[in-house]
Parts: sequence; C-alpha cells; structure tokens
Amino acid sequence: MDQQELRALEHRCIQEEAPECTAACPIHLDGRAFAGHVAKGDWKEAWKTLYRTMPFPGILGRICDAPCRQRCKRREAGDPIEIGELERACVATPPPDFRVQQLPRRGRTVAVVGSGLGGLTAAWDLARKGYSVRVFEPGPRPGGPLRDIPVQRLPEAAMEAELERLAALGVELSMNVAVEPAQFLEQCISEHDAVFLSLESVQGRAWNLPKDAAGRITVDPSLQATGRPGVYAGGRPDAAGASPVWQAAQGRWAATSIDRFLQNVSPSAGREKDGPYETRLFTSLEGVEPLPKVAAADPESGYSPAEAVAEAGRCLQCECLECVKVCAYLERFGAYPRKYAREIYNNESIVMGIRQANKLVNSCSLCGLCERVCPEDFAVQDLCLQARRRMVRRGKMPPSAHEFALEDMRFSLSERFRLGRHAPGRSQSAHLFFPGCQLCASSPGQVRLVYRHLMDALDGGVGLMLGCCGAPAFWAGREDEFQSVCAGFLQEWSALGKPALVTACSTCFRMFTEHLPQVPTTSLWQLLEGIDLPPPAAAPAGQPLAIHDPCTTRPYPAVQDAVRRLVQRLGTSAEELILGRDKTECCGFGGLMQNANPDLSREVAARRARSSPLDYLTYCAMCRDSLAAVGKRALHVLDLAFPDQSVADPAARPRPGWSDRQENRSRLKSSLVSELWGEAGEAFEEYRRIRLIIAPEVAELLDRRRILAEDLQQVIRAAEKSGSGAAHPATGRLKAGLRPYRATIWVEYSPSPEGYVIHTAYSHRMEVLGAAK
Amino acid sequence: MRAENVNPEDLQWVCRKCSRPLESGTASVEYMGNQFTTELPMCRGCGFVLISEALALGKMAEVEQLLEDK
Repeated sequence: MDQQELRALEHRCIQEEAPECTAACPIHLDGRAFAGHVAKGDWKEAWKTLYRTMPFPGILGRICDAPCRQRCKRREAGDPIEIGELERACVATPPPDFRVQQLPRRGRTVAVVGSGLGGLTAAWDLARKGYSVRVFEPGPRPGGPLRDIPVQRLPEAAMEAELERLAALGVELSMNVAVEPAQFLEQCISEHDAVFLSLESVQGRAWNLPKDAAGRITVDPSLQATGRPGVYAGGRPDAAGASPVWQAAQGRWAATSIDRFLQNVSPSAGREKDGPYETRLFTSLEGVEPLPKVAAADPESGYSPAEAVAEAGRCLQCECLECVKVCAYLERFGAYPRKYAREIYNNESIVMGIRQANKLVNSCSLCGLCERVCPEDFAVQDLCLQARRRMVRRGKMPPSAHEFALEDMRFSLSERFRLGRHAPGRSQSAHLFFPGCQLCASSPGQVRLVYRHLMDALDGGVGLMLGCCGAPAFWAGREDEFQSVCAGFLQEWSALGKPALVTACSTCFRMFTEHLPQVPTTSLWQLLEGIDLPPPAAAPAGQPLAIHDPCTTRPYPAVQDAVRRLVQRLGTSAEELILGRDKTECCGFGGLMQNANPDLSREVAARRARSSPLDYLTYCAMCRDSLAAVGKRALHVLDLAFPDQSVADPAARPRPGWSDRQENRSRLKSSLVSELWGEAGEAFEEYRRIRLIIAPEVAELLDRRRILAEDLQQVIRAAEKSGSGAAHPATGRLKAGLRPYRATIWVEYSPSPEGYVIHTAYSHRMEVLGAAK
Repeated sequence: MRAENVNPEDLQWVCRKCSRPLESGTASVEYMGNQFTTELPMCRGCGFVLISEALALGKMAEVEQLLEDK
C-alpha cells in the first residue's frame, strides 16, 4: 500500500466527515460536540467549543441566526436542534478561563474601518495572527449596528467583556472618526499594510473603489477582496437582511485574505471549505423517534439550563458507523475503517519495533458485510486480505495466525482424505459431487446418504471428489498455495472428464465460481430442486426455524432462494433474520477468524445466535457447528432432507472437535472406498493404534488448544519407544514432548491397562535447542 | 526469560532415561530466527529440557507473540 492508496481508502470512509451543522455553519462551529456537552450539562466544555471557532461567543452566541438549522438531520425526525438558543443558554453561564493563542508580532499594521461584527472579527483574527490592528469607528462607541440590538438580547456588560478581550490582544480602537471622506481611505491605505472595511457600519460612498451599478463597493464574495490591492471588505447586509454569523464569517475570510496578501502567498489555495459546504457524512435515522423542539417556558429570556440540556439531548450526534454497528470485529478494535486503513498502512511501514495491527489484519472474517452496508462501499475485507498477502510475501505473517487451519487443509488434501473417482462401475461422470472438507468432518453419514441418493437420481454417472477447495489458503493470503490447490483440482477434474461440479458447501461454491470459472459449478441445493428427495423420515419440525445464510452466499441470491424453496418443499416453515440474504452475518469461522482470534470468533457466533430465539437452519457445516459451539440450537438443511436416524435431536448435536473432524474425514474415505469400490481402506500408521483415555473436560481443553488425539499418539509412541521424557515419582505421571511439525507438543499421561490416561497437553512454537554450550 | 522460568515443582520431575532429578540449567531456545539462552529445568545427564505448562502458556507464548509481531 502506498500513500496514495492509503489516502484514497481514507477518503472513502466518511465517519470523519463533518456533521451537517458544522458544514452549514459559515464559521464551522462544531455543533455536534457543543450540543453533546450541553446535553451533559457540561457548560465549561460547551463554552470551550464555542471559543474554538467563534470570535466573540458573548456576542455572537446571543444573536446567531443559526443557519445550521436548515440542514440539521433532526429535521427529518422532528424539529431541527435549536443550536442558536443553546448558545444563548450557554453564554448566560459564567465563562471559564480560556487561553487565547496569539502569534508573535509581525511588525505590520492593518486598519479596520467600522466596528460591526465583521470588523471586530477581522480585528480579532488579525491580532491573533500577530498583526497590529487599529479600528476606526465613526460612532461614539464600538460595535456599530450591534448597539441597536435590545439589551435584553445583548446586554452591555456582555459587549464590554468581549471588547476587553479584544483590547487584551493589543487592538487599538478610535471612536468618532470621520471615515466617510475619500481622503480618509487614501490615508488609511498609505499608513497601513492592508485595510478591512466593515460595511455593516460604514458606507464609503466617496471612497475611490470600484463599484457596481447600484453604486455599492464591489466585493469578491469569498476572498472579500475589493478592486484595490490590499483593501478588503465584508459584512454588508444582503437582500435577506443582516446575518450576524455571515458577517462574522466575512470578517474572518477577509482576515485570512489579508494574512495571505501580506505573506505574499496564494489567496485562494485550500480555501474550498471556507464557507458552508456539502458533507458526505451519512447518518441513519433508523429507529429514531421523531421529537419536537423543547419549548422555553419564557421565550423572551430563552432556555433555562434544564431546558437547554433537554433540547441538546435531542441531538442525534450524527455519525455513520454503519459498518461498525453490524460487525463485532470492527467494533472490537475500537475505531472505524478510516483509522484501520491508517493502522494497517503504519503496520507495514514499520522497520524496527512491534507490528501492532497484525491481529487487526488477521481477525477479519472477510465476509464483506461492511461493504454491503457502507454508503461509500468501503470493503474492509479487501483491505485485510491484501494486507495478509503482502505480509505473506514479505515473510511477516505470524505463523500462529493461520497455521492450524492450513495444516487442516493440508490434511484434507493428503491421501488421508483426498479422493477423486467415477461412481463404482462407471467410466465417466456427468456430475462430480464435492461435499467439501468440513461437511465430511461434521456429518460424514449424511455425505454418504447424499452421494448414494445422487447416484440413484441422476443420469450420466456421479463421481465423487473429497478434498478442499483451498479457501483456507486463500483466506490466509497464501496466493501460491491457493494457486497450487486450484491447479491440483483442475488436473484431477480434467482427468475425470470435466464433469459438472456439485458443491454442498457455500464456501467451495464461491471459491470455484470466482476462481475457476471454467468449471461448471452448481450448489447441491439448486441441483436437488430438479430431482426427487428421499421419502420424509419424520414429520417436519413443528416450530418455524430461522434461516441463517452463510456469509459466502451473500452474492448468490439464486443459492439462497433454492434453499428456501427446498425447505418449503420439505414442509418446514422458515423465517428470515433481520440480517439475512445479502446482509447476512458471518458465524465467526470465515476468513480464518476462528484461528487468528478465537475469542472474537465466539463472540461473533454468540451475537449471531442472539438474533432470534428460534432454532436456526443453515446450509454450511461450519456455520452450524460454530453456532452449536455457543449453545445455539441449529440444524443443517441436510438434517431435514437426509436425516441421520441415529441422531435423536440434530439441532442439539454438539460441534465435533478438531480431532473428531479429522478422524471423521479419514474414516469417511476408508469406509466409502471399501463400501462402494470394494477396496481395503488406508492402512493405519502404527501410532494411531495407541489407545487414549481422555476425560470430556480434557478433550475440550485440547480442542481449544488445537491439539489433536493424533498428536498425543505420536508423542506417546516416541516417548515409550525411546524411554525418554520425565517421570513424577509422587504421582507416577509421565511427561514427554515431541516436535512433529512447527510446534512442540507436551503430554502429561499415565499408562493404564486400558490405554494411556491423558491429564493435559500443551504446545509452544519456540524451539528448545538444548543445554547452552 | 530468566531464572523465574524454573518453578520448584518443575524440579520434582526425574529424567526417565537417566533417573536423575531435573535441575535448573542454561538452555538455548530459538524462534523466528531469534536465538537466546534462558534458565530451564533440565537433566544434567542427557540434556533433556522440560517446558512446563505454565511456562508454555504464559511467558513463552508472550515472547512468541512479540517475536511474531516484530
């Protein structure tokens, strides 16, 4: 990822875009933060928010005409937030200390003619930028038209307090100055480096400045420049009347222009957002109750503090977070895609030190729900998958992140499971049934039933292929390994005469459809629509079920529809989950989340399980098992269409552990080979005959630690053969370690006449080389 | 990793081959190209090194994680 790609990604996530109120405000007051503080009754912080953008909160806070209301999102669910009235309530409370930043003096002077809000704002900003400012006011008191405002609205004391703050910046104010003669302007120009004309309090009819047809001084509406270099103007009421916040804004823009003029830099560069602008921030109003504005008991004096708190409480605190709302993973890491893109970019830029975002990159389920719900289609799954690929290429992928799943995939592709054959007695296949590794791992009996049924029901021969589609390698970012899985598949598929592929697993379906388009692939569920089903073995479930679509089916509504029709045909009624079909949620297994972040994976499954009290019905073995592992009653569609008679309550079937999942696969292959093709199954390795006695709680612990029964057998066989390891005289227990692959596995055990009793087992990746020399 | 990697109960194990109680000794370990030495329970006779469950799941896992993210 380079800087440019990062910026494009950051731009796509709109969470940090300004809320409508800020974008609508000519001076960009952070109305959202302000209302947030008021809602909490935190007047001090509310004041500080005003100070950060408002030139004179004591004045403008009392008279702001609040154009933000026109764009406030609350308008779509009630009245807009009365931010102007909230400001008024805030500035009625005692102001906190606020340190005004002022740059060192630059030794240049600016004249401000007229002391209306525009003039005062220009003076304030310029003084803070380090210029010496002189204000020339034609009237007897500073303020110009501000003095016409009734004192109930703008008390004199408030006005004086703000003028004191201005004086504290060193601004000089001169009253009763005859500003209108032509000569006055010429003198101003000759004695100062620049001039600002506050047109709400001075006319300047005699001044030598370009004017429009109506005889008014022409002013550029954004840069506030007049026709003479160094002379700027603003604050003139428009056809709609005087807008205090617009007058302040024009004074501010003029101050920026004057600063740039005096520094001899581009007058306009980077000023696109000087005034109101469009914002891309999306805020959902789903579930927002419409609420009218709070009415002040005394409209004259405005909101009481309690009324202001109540009114501010209606603020929606606009933000997007559409993706974070639906994804436990995005929520877990505490931020949103814009920040994650930056964290992942930084992660890759580290030369020395710890890569903090490895876990972030590897925990995503790659399900793509974020992209589906994002108003700008931000695809976190692409960001994470590409980051994984780069980590793999550069040798920076932590081995622990995916290794177990990759070993499991390699098991599926080994002789222990892999198989590709025409049906018994056939020399060609019109179809090739590909049940997928995890359905065979979870429900080998049903795989056998389905295959036998397909052989009966379909013409032209139905071959069988056991193996893996390569999804784990794809998810792990191992492009080379994925390509080699695909190549191996293509070779075997070609040798079988390129039959039409029938997948039972939605991940396999997606992998083949997306990556091997030359292979005609259909899902088992679509295929079953065209053929008879086995006679129903039992009455359909009385209670309706809730359909959980596997996340890999999100782009395939035809598969989702076929499943629904199949369920209906089986006489079962199924309800939709709120997040279903193209917005379905991952079960926590996808993208190898379960490997890289097992805790999060469980949380994701548990969250999905809570979506409905009904039993779930799904059509992915991994989804069913992940849900079952968190205690959710869940059925696979095959439990309805091809029920296993030996299972009394299939929805309560526990998730088989990793050892059983491998055992089930190799037994399935052996039994099919002997039942259907009449051949002897694979000869067992000697160590696999070692008998283990494992209590259920120990088995559960080992499954969590991803230690297989086969690993234990290897360790014990090696230790018993060589007499190595350690013995504990007090308990009689033995302990031995072995490094069969890139981890050392330790087993604590006791021999018994029935077999070896396993007390515990654990592993580490670090390698012990022996006593130091 | 220092001497605290050896717990008193680790030294109650006896090497099966040599029938000698394990003692604290300096061993070399390696992960992701990083090699270092540390005190671990070992057999002075044959050099067998024992890694306890607490060490494997605690300190060792932490160091592995650090080295993986380095």
